[in-house]
Amino acid sequence: MHMADALISPAVGGAAWAGAAGLAAWSARKVRLEMDDRKAPLMGVLGAFVFSAQMINFAIPATGSSGHLGGGLLLAILLGPHAAFLTITSVLLVQALFFADGGLLALGCNVLNLGLFPCFIAYPLIYRPIAGTGLARGRVMAGALLGAVVALLMGAFAVVLETTASGISDLPFSSFLLFMLPIHLAIGIVEGLVTATVVLFVYQARPELAVAGQGSTGSGRAVAVALLLAAVITGGLLSWFASGNPDGLEWSIARTADTEELAAPGEGVHALSAHIQEKTVLMPDYAFGDASPEESAGVVRTGTTVAGLVGVGLTLLVAGTLALVFRPRRMSRGASA
Amino acid sequence: MSHHLVEARDLYYAYPDGTAALRGVSFRFTHGESVGVVGANGAGKSTLLLHLNGCLSPGRGAVRIGDVQVTRKTLPDVRRTVGMVFQDPDDQLFMPSVREEVAFGPLNAGLAPEEVEDRVSKALETVDASHLADRPPFRLSGGEKRAVAIASVLSLEPDVLVMDEPTANLDPHARRKTIDLLRSFHHTRVIATHDLDLVLDVCTRALVLHHGQVAADGSPADVFRDEALLAACHLEKPLRMQACPVCGTGD
Amino acid sequence: MAAIESALLQTGRLDTLARQDTAVHRIDPRAKVITTACFVLLVVSFDKYTVAAMIPFLVYPLALLTVGRVPPGFVLTRLALVSPFAVVIGVFNPLIDHEPMVRLGPVVITGGWLSFASILLRFLLTLSAALLLIATTGFNRVCLALERFRVPPVFVVQLLLLYRYLFVLAREAARVLRAYRLRAIRSRGVSLRVYGSLVGSLLLRTLDRGQRVYTAMGCRGFNGILHPSIPLRFRTVDAAFVFGWCAFFIVARLYPLPQHLGHAVLEFLS
Repeated sequence: MHMADALISPAVGGAAWAGAAGLAAWSARKVRLEMDDRKAPLMGVLGAFVFSAQMINFAIPATGSSGHLGGGLLLAILLGPHAAFLTITSVLLVQALFFADGGLLALGCNVLNLGLFPCFIAYPLIYRPIAGTGLARGRVMAGALLGAVVALLMGAFAVVLETTASGISDLPFSSFLLFMLPIHLAIGIVEGLVTATVVLFVYQARPELAVAGQGSTGSGRAVAVALLLAAVITGGLLSWFASGNPDGLEWSIARTADTEELAAPGEGVHALSAHIQEKTVLMPDYAFGDASPEESAGVVRTGTTVAGLVGVGLTLLVAGTLALVFRPRRMSRGASA
Repeated sequence: MSHHLVEARDLYYAYPDGTAALRGVSFRFTHGESVGVVGANGAGKSTLLLHLNGCLSPGRGAVRIGDVQVTRKTLPDVRRTVGMVFQDPDDQLFMPSVREEVAFGPLNAGLAPEEVEDRVSKALETVDASHLADRPPFRLSGGEKRAVAIASVLSLEPDVLVMDEPTANLDPHARRKTIDLLRSFHHTRVIATHDLDLVLDVCTRALVLHHGQVAADGSPADVFRDEALLAACHLEKPLRMQACPVCGTGD
Repeated sequence: MAAIESALLQTGRLDTLARQDTAVHRIDPRAKVITTACFVLLVVSFDKYTVAAMIPFLVYPLALLTVGRVPPGFVLTRLALVSPFAVVIGVFNPLIDHEPMVRLGPVVITGGWLSFASILLRFLLTLSAALLLIATTGFNRVCLALERFRVPPVFVVQLLLLYRYLFVLAREAARVLRAYRLRAIRSRGVSLRVYGSLVGSLLLRTLDRGQRVYTAMGCRGFNGILHPSIPLRFRTVDAAFVFGWCAFFIVARLYPLPQHLGHAVLEFLS
């Protein structure tokens, strides 16, 4: 699932961007230092492969529905974690730019959600230890299944965390999580199955790839992963506290009385972050009308609303006129040509 | 310079899966010679070609380009001398525009920008593709792609041109243009192809490969007259050497 | 997936649009990347209930559309194809948040509807900005900008190649899929057992192609770095583009322009 610009706050998006960029830079260094230069063309072509593979739907047994490959774990298996992380990043970048999947600020979140977990957790900590370098059917299957499920659940958890920390959506943390996890458990199982069948097919046809594909396993991996996890957790907490729009959450808390489904966990955090936010706010918030929700004892007056609507209408009119005026004359010629 | 010499001595090569692709191939092509390498699918043509500029290194035997033996160390030199045009232009053309595509090799060679520009326009002129300079290569027609792929190699000013199936997947007109282009070159040319009529048109020598070995080596006219040999090697007389079924003429 | 397929096909159209020559297309890619980033950041920084104050931000995509000669219908259809995650999640807001916030005569709008409208507007603004960046710049020039921003070469190289082979491999997959469908008329998707070998063989061919591309690049002396042959020049116009737009965004972010405009007009009328 792609995180979207429309749902995140600048603090969350920015923190995720910083984390993703740091990881990408580190991965690029690793690829350059440890691997031969033949990886770059291979990475690009495999990234394109993920797109084309996503065009091919498979029938999900016993459900009547169909799904398609995600590809994160598959890339990690084929390219090794560092190169795969870069490739997933580019796949997501192309998706953000061309298919408007997610958006540019949410790219950081998406790279972490869909790249970090399969490449640096599921592959080195789950798939590799279970599947090893051999071609044993059961082991590859088990490793891929478990790896994909863990990667997707962690990704889903991150989506929920990012969404609630941003405070644009009103969905409470716990119910959102309860909604996301089962779906991603199912997706993870299918993804694992599919990844394993593809990997097994390829290894059967070309046993030499099984060895070649197992990129580098640096000795410092365990340390790196531990560091990484620490960074992610701190990043997550930081962005939680720095959430640009906690007033939404504060609001929900204020209304606990008439909203039963409000999540219990994290109330303290919300209140605290809202408090911090009030103290540190840089830009004043402008809601529809002039009054921000906290201070409006009642409801925004009709007069203010009318002024707002008139203003919106005029702005659109002005923008439309400008567009007409600046419309290049060549346009008509270009269209008829 | 005697760079134009291409010599192979007793080449053996097996793929990682164990398939023996070359089993003792030897030859010596001299300056300006144009050689057609023919043979059935899987006879070893493409494998042989990949040895000529060091994309593959032989399990046994050696390749010499001029006075230089192809090794890892001499690779940059060899690759500047031997230009390689691949069978599928899509594998070769990856830059955003034709101009950048043709400039790719010279820029990698570290030439000065003016020199690069000069070579690009010359190479594009040679293949009659100057008008395509600003187009993205992957949007071109098959014939145009082929021309650009050749230009992208010519811009390195190689002494030897190696081509894999230069007329594959081309319409008759594009094929004819490519053949005319190949005839106009003065490089030493090594052309792997199933198009035996092309060999008659362009080549002064034909090398027949069969199961990784040289089955025949001689002038195209002589080699293609040997029907027993052609049948054994899964080949067929070039169309123009066959009796015409419509008018009944031919030799 | 039909959506992906048609999106891929339309991507060629995006390329064609990017090759036009207009005032916007001539702006340095770096300037457009920076401006787009600033735009997205400021749009996203609005309070969750903001609708009106965000409207002036529409001016930027509208300006790119008209000056850059991008058909509006094209952008809108692409937005419609997008995965609707934001909309799906946003639709819960009206269900959860019933607090009345705005009154217009007898009509009362709740906070939930307001924040949902805000999400839709964010969706429209941020995604159209991303699409228009590509439509007026082209992917390769965006990559060039990335390279100038000191993004590691290995990343840029594989990004360019990914884009280059997107179409080649998509066509290949489409051919395989067509051949499969012609012989498996009843099934909705590829059965899981066949899927392994179908996608697996596609993957094998991809790996071979990767090898051939690498070989072809190696034959022409590739050593890990692309040498861009188009020089980028950051001119005064480009600087003006960045500063002009960013200044406008900041003003629009700090002052609810439509509100002020509305008040002024109503005052004038009364």
